Amino acid sequence: MSTDAIAMPSAAIAPRPIVARLHDWVTTVDHKRLGILYITYALMFLLIAGVEAMIIRIQLIRPHNDFVSPAVFNRLFTMHGTTMIFFVIMPFMFGFANYLIPLMVGARDMAFPRLNAFSFWMTAFGGLLLYFSLVGGNGLYGAGNAPDVGWFAYAPLTSQTFSVGHSTDFWILALLVSGFGSIGTAVNIIATVLCMRCPGMTLAKMPLFAWLNLVMAGLVILAVSPLTAAQIMLLVDRYLGGHFFDTQAGGSAVIWMHFFWVFGHPEVYVLVIPAFAFASEIIPVFSRKPIFGYSVMVGATIAIGFISMSVWAHHMFTVGMSSAANAFFVISTMAIAVPTGIKIFNWLATMWGGKIEFKTPMLFCIAFLFQFLIAGLTGIMQGAAPFDWHLGSSYFVVAHFHYVIVGGILFCLFGAFYYWFPKMSGKMYSETLGKLHFWLFIIGFHLTFDFMHIPGLLGMPRRIYTYEPDRGWDTWNFIVTIGVFFQAAGVLVFLGNLIWSYFRGKVAGSDPWDAWTLEWSTNSPPPAYNFTSPPVVKSRRPLWDLKHPADPDWNYE
Amino acid sequence: MCFCGTGLAFADPTQPLSPTNIFAPASTPAKSIFGLSLFVLAVTGAIFLVVFALLLYSVVKFRKQRNDDGREPPQVYGSNQVELAWTIIPLLIVVALFMATARVIALVQKTSPPGNAIAITAIGHQFWWEYRYQDLGVVTANELHVPVSDPAHPTPTFIKLLSADTDHSFWVPRLAGKTDLIPNHPNSMWIDPQQTGVYLGQCAQYCGTQHAKMLLRVYVQSKEDFDRWIRQQRQPAFVNDAVSQGQRIFETTACINCHTVSGTVANGRFGPDLTHLMSRDTIAAGAALNTPENLRRWILNPSQIKPGSLMPAMELNEQELDALTAYLETLR
Repeated sequence: MSTDAIAMPSAAIAPRPIVARLHDWVTTVDHKRLGILYITYALMFLLIAGVEAMIIRIQLIRPHNDFVSPAVFNRLFTMHGTTMIFFVIMPFMFGFANYLIPLMVGARDMAFPRLNAFSFWMTAFGGLLLYFSLVGGNGLYGAGNAPDVGWFAYAPLTSQTFSVGHSTDFWILALLVSGFGSIGTAVNIIATVLCMRCPGMTLAKMPLFAWLNLVMAGLVILAVSPLTAAQIMLLVDRYLGGHFFDTQAGGSAVIWMHFFWVFGHPEVYVLVIPAFAFASEIIPVFSRKPIFGYSVMVGATIAIGFISMSVWAHHMFTVGMSSAANAFFVISTMAIAVPTGIKIFNWLATMWGGKIEFKTPMLFCIAFLFQFLIAGLTGIMQGAAPFDWHLGSSYFVVAHFHYVIVGGILFCLFGAFYYWFPKMSGKMYSETLGKLHFWLFIIGFHLTFDFMHIPGLLGMPRRIYTYEPDRGWDTWNFIVTIGVFFQAAGVLVFLGNLIWSYFRGKVAGSDPWDAWTLEWSTNSPPPAYNFTSPPVVKSRRPLWDLKHPADPDWNYE
Repeated sequence: MCFCGTGLAFADPTQPLSPTNIFAPASTPAKSIFGLSLFVLAVTGAIFLVVFALLLYSVVKFRKQRNDDGREPPQVYGSNQVELAWTIIPLLIVVALFMATARVIALVQKTSPPGNAIAITAIGHQFWWEYRYQDLGVVTANELHVPVSDPAHPTPTFIKLLSADTDHSFWVPRLAGKTDLIPNHPNSMWIDPQQTGVYLGQCAQYCGTQHAKMLLRVYVQSKEDFDRWIRQQRQPAFVNDAVSQGQRIFETTACINCHTVSGTVANGRFGPDLTHLMSRDTIAAGAALNTPENLRRWILNPSQIKPGSLMPAMELNEQELDALTAYLETLR
């Protein structure tokens, strides 16, 4: 394996004009540039959807508040949910997968670079289409423009009868278009992981990151396809006189729920498995030990992938399924806790006996373990169907899935940002600002989402723009809203850190963490072709072997 | 957080935290769910304590020391015995949780109405509730009246759930879990409240602009009070010549397209039945108290009280408004 880069004849060349450089970014098919495009695009939408969340929380800070009207509130929670799932977390994950998988498997690029660019731009235009509804749409009767049917858009609220104008059409088309992008990227990830690995890297010697993203990509294909089909059916209902979901003509609202959640629940794992992938790279490096139980981790991930396809109707315990169907989805939902628990135990065992360094990426991953544990346990509570007859559609479920998506996924994402920022930018981030970000964010997170469980237990349903003062929900909602400002401050520090470090940070070098996977063997940032010659590996930790020639990993695997 | 749940479950019942606390059950379905939820909270709480202790221990114990020698720790790759242990123990826990859950599902879902059960049809509308007591010949809106059920001789109420437009969900936390009202998909649920009083709740499935103010009030009454209420609701509308001007306005404007006043020409079904409007404590699905001022304000401009409500502002002048309000005030 070579760590050399070809010397660039740099000084002689004048910087190219900005228009030419931007043109390079728009026309690029390089996996690293597309990865960064995905991530930058997701950061932009993170800010937008974050502001939407803040307005929602300000409205709910006290009962009978009138900061925004009910119509605006309904648009805000629809846009917040849709944006965060489809245009923040998914592009973040695709961005990191794009950037890192070829580097980790020792390839020069993704398997299909042009499909890669096509997929990114589909996703990008999907997001723009969603927000174009602010200009081109019209909502529920008399209610204005952006979509306001909720992010799972239950029928028949989406029919022409209840949703006049075009805002719902923008929602449908945005997800349809970005869905094609997601499927394209998933195909690309699968092809890259299966076909582009460097010599010596058998499937059993791949970094867990590649394994987990392979499972994620498989789930994307299985989950996004029914969603895409459902969106087309909904369009047929709205414009071609179809009656799939049109209850006034004998259609079924429940069929839409099945279509949506057969996408929606695997989607949770599409988002969380890449987060597991980050944790599975970061925790070993900062514990200075290999991942505990590699093959069990792979098996547990595949098990999660399969079981996740059979749990969707636990989102529908209140729609009046038979007791047998309810019981089936109880057992499948609880079963998924077993492989998930195995993963948590394996991460713990990786830390056990190590020498843990509390750098910012590791702090975020430890917080992830703690929060994901709680999120899993509240998930089991809701998996007990009768308990869910109370908890479902209440603020408890809102707190639960934010615990998963913020406390689990976003924390891992922040960890990944800090861990791979030196590789992507060539500069080291500020550890002080990183820790400030961590503490601000974790305080805000717990203020907001711990206390959000309580109004749910006290009977507060989700998606209400205001509430009555006599329900005992006021204090909890006040605390929840205060937490949001801490989180917002944390995110600003994070962005400040990225920008400051990019321009002023210390040079990171190719391997600042003394890590073990192939991306750390090339320059930071890596050259366009990644490696001067194709690397050859003999174990799961090629750089460990290089650094410890007397005691290489392949003796033990 | 698990502790918060347990804390709420054992809060002092004389100082209610909330009239909609799921841990203050007053009816058999809610009580069985409460029992199950205590079991689930205990199991998940125990798991939390064990795993959290392990996490805390490893973070404290295995942190890199200040005087670290710079050598890598022993490299451990895994252990099949340990993996097997933490697969089998969770599997057993899952089986136990499933059995407890299946029992409560059967108990709540498999109960069929006894002969003396009250049968009610609840119909969800954007953004109010219609209740039809088909055997008793009563139609009312927003405030559900049911008889108290003596545990020794239960008189449960079985509610058939329908929707006239979009999806809604019936959730009165102290009486039962929520069940959705879905057009073209009849559902049912049952309650047997064991104490008289007013139980609150609200629509729990997003149903459109005014989902938030689609409130539920369930009046649990003694047998005598309930029978008296039924008798009173079965009367035709009260007629009073003193308010004939208001009645004329009501019957010659768009009011009658949507509202019914039995015994008159008003037979619309799009909005709540107003035959006994004044027997209710609230108007606009619980959004405001039923006072003459609120009623007048509501007719003048419904969106002032409930923006997004489907009732249009009737564009009446002051004098018409007074007459109309006076007429409605007689509908006892």
